[in-house]
Amino acid sequence: MEKIKKLSKYQGFWPVIVLLAILLINGIVSGGSFFEIKIVDAHLYGRLIDILRNGSKLMLLATGMTFVLATGGTDISVGSVMAISGAIACSIVDGRILPGAGQNVQVAILLALLGGMLCGAWNGFLVSKIKIQPIVATMILMVAGRGIAQLITDGKIVTVTSDSYYFINGGYILGLPFPLFIVLFVVVLVLLFTKKTAFGLFLESTGCNPVSSHFAGINVNNIKWLVYTFCGVTAAVAGLIESAGIKGADCNNAGLFMELDAILAVAIGGTSLNGGRFSVPASLAGALIIQSITTSVYAMGIAPEITAVVKAVIVICICLFQSPEFKEKMGKRFSGHQQERMAKPV
Amino acid sequence: MSESVKTRKKFRIRNMSLLVTVLLFIGLFTAGSAAYDRFFSLSTFCNLLNDGSYMIIASIGITFVLLTGGIDISISSTIAFTCVFSAFLLRTGFAAGVVIPLVLLIGLLFGALMGFMIDAYKLQPFIVTLAGQFFMRGLCAVISTESIPITDDFYKKMALNKIIFAGAKIYYYVFIAAVVLIGAMFVLKYTRFGRTVYAVGGNELSASLMGLPVRKTKIMVYSISGFCAALAGVVFSFYTLAGYSLQNVGMEMDAISSAVIGGTLLTGGVGTVIGTTVGVMIQGVIQTIVTYQNLNTWWTKVFSAALLCLFIVIQRILAGRSEKIKDVRGKLEKTA
Amino acid sequence: MSSENMLIQMEHISKSFPGVAALDDVSLELKSGEIHALLGENGAGKSTLIKVLTGVEERDGGSVLLEGVPVFPKSPQDAQKLGISTVYQEVNLCPNLSVAENIYIGREPKKRGSIDWKKINQDSRTLLDRFNLNIDVTKNLDFYSVAVQQMVAIARAVDISAKVLILDEPTSSLSSVEVEKLFEVMHMLKAQGMGILFVTHFLDQVYAVSDTITVLRNGRYVGTYAAAELPKMQLVGKMLGKEYAELDLSSEKEELIGGERECLLEMKQACGPGTISNIDLKIYKGEVLGISGLLGSGRSEIVRLIFGIDHLEQGEISLNSQKLAGKGPLPAIRCGVAFCPENRKTEGIIGDLSIRENIILALQAKKGMLRAISRADAERIADKYIKMLEIKTPSQEQRAKNLSGGNQQKVILARWLATDPQLLMLDEPTRGIDVGTKAEIQKIIVGLAEQGMTVVFISSEIDEMLRCCSRMIVLRDRKKVGELSGKEIAESAVMSLIAGGVKNGENKEAV
Repeated sequence: MEKIKKLSKYQGFWPVIVLLAILLINGIVSGGSFFEIKIVDAHLYGRLIDILRNGSKLMLLATGMTFVLATGGTDISVGSVMAISGAIACSIVDGRILPGAGQNVQVAILLALLGGMLCGAWNGFLVSKIKIQPIVATMILMVAGRGIAQLITDGKIVTVTSDSYYFINGGYILGLPFPLFIVLFVVVLVLLFTKKTAFGLFLESTGCNPVSSHFAGINVNNIKWLVYTFCGVTAAVAGLIESAGIKGADCNNAGLFMELDAILAVAIGGTSLNGGRFSVPASLAGALIIQSITTSVYAMGIAPEITAVVKAVIVICICLFQSPEFKEKMGKRFSGHQQERMAKPV
Repeated sequence: MSESVKTRKKFRIRNMSLLVTVLLFIGLFTAGSAAYDRFFSLSTFCNLLNDGSYMIIASIGITFVLLTGGIDISISSTIAFTCVFSAFLLRTGFAAGVVIPLVLLIGLLFGALMGFMIDAYKLQPFIVTLAGQFFMRGLCAVISTESIPITDDFYKKMALNKIIFAGAKIYYYVFIAAVVLIGAMFVLKYTRFGRTVYAVGGNELSASLMGLPVRKTKIMVYSISGFCAALAGVVFSFYTLAGYSLQNVGMEMDAISSAVIGGTLLTGGVGTVIGTTVGVMIQGVIQTIVTYQNLNTWWTKVFSAALLCLFIVIQRILAGRSEKIKDVRGKLEKTA
Repeated sequence: MSSENMLIQMEHISKSFPGVAALDDVSLELKSGEIHALLGENGAGKSTLIKVLTGVEERDGGSVLLEGVPVFPKSPQDAQKLGISTVYQEVNLCPNLSVAENIYIGREPKKRGSIDWKKINQDSRTLLDRFNLNIDVTKNLDFYSVAVQQMVAIARAVDISAKVLILDEPTSSLSSVEVEKLFEVMHMLKAQGMGILFVTHFLDQVYAVSDTITVLRNGRYVGTYAAAELPKMQLVGKMLGKEYAELDLSSEKEELIGGERECLLEMKQACGPGTISNIDLKIYKGEVLGISGLLGSGRSEIVRLIFGIDHLEQGEISLNSQKLAGKGPLPAIRCGVAFCPENRKTEGIIGDLSIRENIILALQAKKGMLRAISRADAERIADKYIKMLEIKTPSQEQRAKNLSGGNQQKVILARWLATDPQLLMLDEPTRGIDVGTKAEIQKIIVGLAEQGMTVVFISSEIDEMLRCCSRMIVLRDRKKVGELSGKEIAESAVMSLIAGGVKNGENKEAV
């Protein structure tokens, strides 16, 4: 009991519990088939594996978005950045642009990541140097991004035929899908960076109180710039996985609405949209919650679009629980104890 | 002694940016006319109105919200929902006279609900309207994921009836947009509510200290935005004669861009609906030029984004001058 | 008591916020046709008293009578309906609306259902004429200077209800000509029988217009005096917490050897953006330098300039004969400067971070992001300062916002001590904290100086300044007006400098 109490103090505790609950309900409803994992050709298959594989893009985006939200900002351009990165990579692999690179997959990936980084840096520039509100600043790229992607692909849906490119989404290592390893790599890198340097501390400090942080000698602007740039890179990686999955670049639909899912994932993970304390693992759990809701809605044979309604309701509930005004009103109506319990999942 | 009054010379954003917007429109139209045969005609101009009328209505609605310093990104979904739901009801056999008031009422109430959440629980407008966007889009899909054609006679009449003036066609629904525009101009200029919208955007704290009904106003603007979105949806269903759950995805960004290009400050307090209308037409001209040039339509997006960026940066630079005052004010509000 | 022209009687007002008693048994009376100055330093309770009167805050106890009738305003609008209007230093009007509209918004004259703009513009012209203000009322408010904006705000307030007008620091950002104009208007309104409550920090202005003066200190009522009968020196004494009669009780300072000490920091002809002008200043190693002066005199601005928060417009600041870059706090921190800002909540503490994180923050910033302080080191450092400064907390993992004000202040102090600074600047470090902790912090400051640290100390309380400082400079109206060291540091000397010459009324410097 003591241990559980201690565990529940972690930000990731409630998201993980919710995730397990959703999985459990699915398991019961499906009569256990939900948890089945088959091994075919030494590759693991099953619903759970699907959730992990399909959720990998969202997990990556949520990682980058966690940092952005921790500064109290938002990045609504990640979907467009995904389209750009997919467009760059596919066009190079296809030989449409940079024929000199010889359709080299590594070069394609590298340049796609660089493209994402530039997009992120642009957002960061507008937010930290020009001081435009984050929503507005990233809206510019959100609007323009798909156009830029189309520019790169010349307005066509580029299809690629490269097994090594497909591997990014469809490959397996040790029986597990390759995208999982990408997520693992990025997350480990991120955790190392936040724990082994003072970045995590500076970031939380900036999000909690930018003025105090500035007075304590933290370069708030550079932190913001860095964070948006990183968010661009994660979006680019997610874009690569997406385009490898559909074996081409579809500039109109790649990453559509993903920015909203990413923000939602971080919010479910308990990072306040006003900035401050953050937890990357909690956001990952949030991403998996969204993915498993999507997957289970599919599995139950309901129209997948309804997930949008479910998500909307979840977003509003989370925001209400984070709102002091709401807590106060509820507190007046119910006893204090209940209020505490309601506030906890946040 | 009144001569000694020191006046601070300041750039008057209000009139200047409307002028810039109109000049931009004329410039683009002239450029188009110079570059392409048959571009310069009344019918090109009227087609801008025909194609843009639903957009004008929706953008005017969102301008109210932007004027208070808020944001509403749910409108495209509300439009889609209106189309799908009306198409569904009409197919079930309801009369147009029932359907249209009903969907308008839904839009109004939905906007009011979002406004209430934003106001009462101090939630971020962006997040609430984002959820609203999800919700409406989801409801569309619940009704139907297929495109539902509309065969109602009244809708057909509205879709096809037009007046022809000097060889140019003007469809009836353009007049709906015109009525909305005139109505909005009147409300913003000549009613207490309209002026309060500006006051709230100028300085919310001051507005409430001056005894203005800030909370009511904030709920009202989101209701208006919802209503206009629903009305735009009705016009759009005249225009397309169908309801499809995925139509107009991302349109709210176009509406916001139109308002910004039309001189609305995203920080609130400055902007006109006439400017917004011209903003919509500018995007229309860009689209027309892109079509004439035989470029893909995505160029439109790139151009409007570039314009948007330009306008925002200019606004930012102008705002930078009064930054100091605002900083202090912000600090005071925080400590209060 | 209840004479006929009594407008407002506030009696035994008390109001407390969590942890602080902002007002404790405060009384105030305002007659019609009277200009009543309300004075007091930071945290004296002036603004809380005004907030209670205007309905922004609800009082906990006491009564407010308006013309003999008990009133209980619940909002500024409520108060306005009763006839109590307020004009703040930060003009609370809408900059994006026209002057005329700002006067009439919310109560616009209408013609056939729509706003009658012609009448609005005409009426406001007529109204402003009464104030000798002849301006284009159709221009946006932010087209005009702050002085005009303020006049418009007063016009609006007076036009809505003309019984009581509260002016909350109206002159802080006005030029002397503009102040004169404001005073004319005040006299005019007074002649019309209005009661005016006037809050300001400029003593000369108090004597220039007020009939009566009420002084508050630390949330308590000190007294009400007729302006003509209260010498400026005594007024300063009352504001700062010492009666004139009991001056110079306890100031036996040893004379320090002047001139030969090593200079740590030098400021030459420094000017900030509208804050201080042409200040020369030397800070010597190992001293506690007090910067004294009333609020708004430029005392905070000097340290903000040194720390690189405000931009240096003119002049030069050098530390150890090397020029300070002045671009943000980080270069200053790297040079060994530390600064506890005046506003603990918004500029100092980071409430959602733990005490440990708060303490190592500046040290970490000084070392740079990549050279992280290990968890073990951080805990050791935090532990050291928690013990050293006796911060009362169950654990160093406690979030800083859960601490009391005094302990939060100690955390910020620890943050800066951890960076091992050469120069420690403290702006009102004891404001709003309990007496016991106050004494502790004073002890710490003196102790640090004894160990060789140089300290700059700013406080509104003259007592603690006298107790801690070995040298003191005095500011008035953003200029340096005096420098005292050793035995010269005595309340009478400081106060006469602050008050601007012993004889009052003579001093008519520009604001």
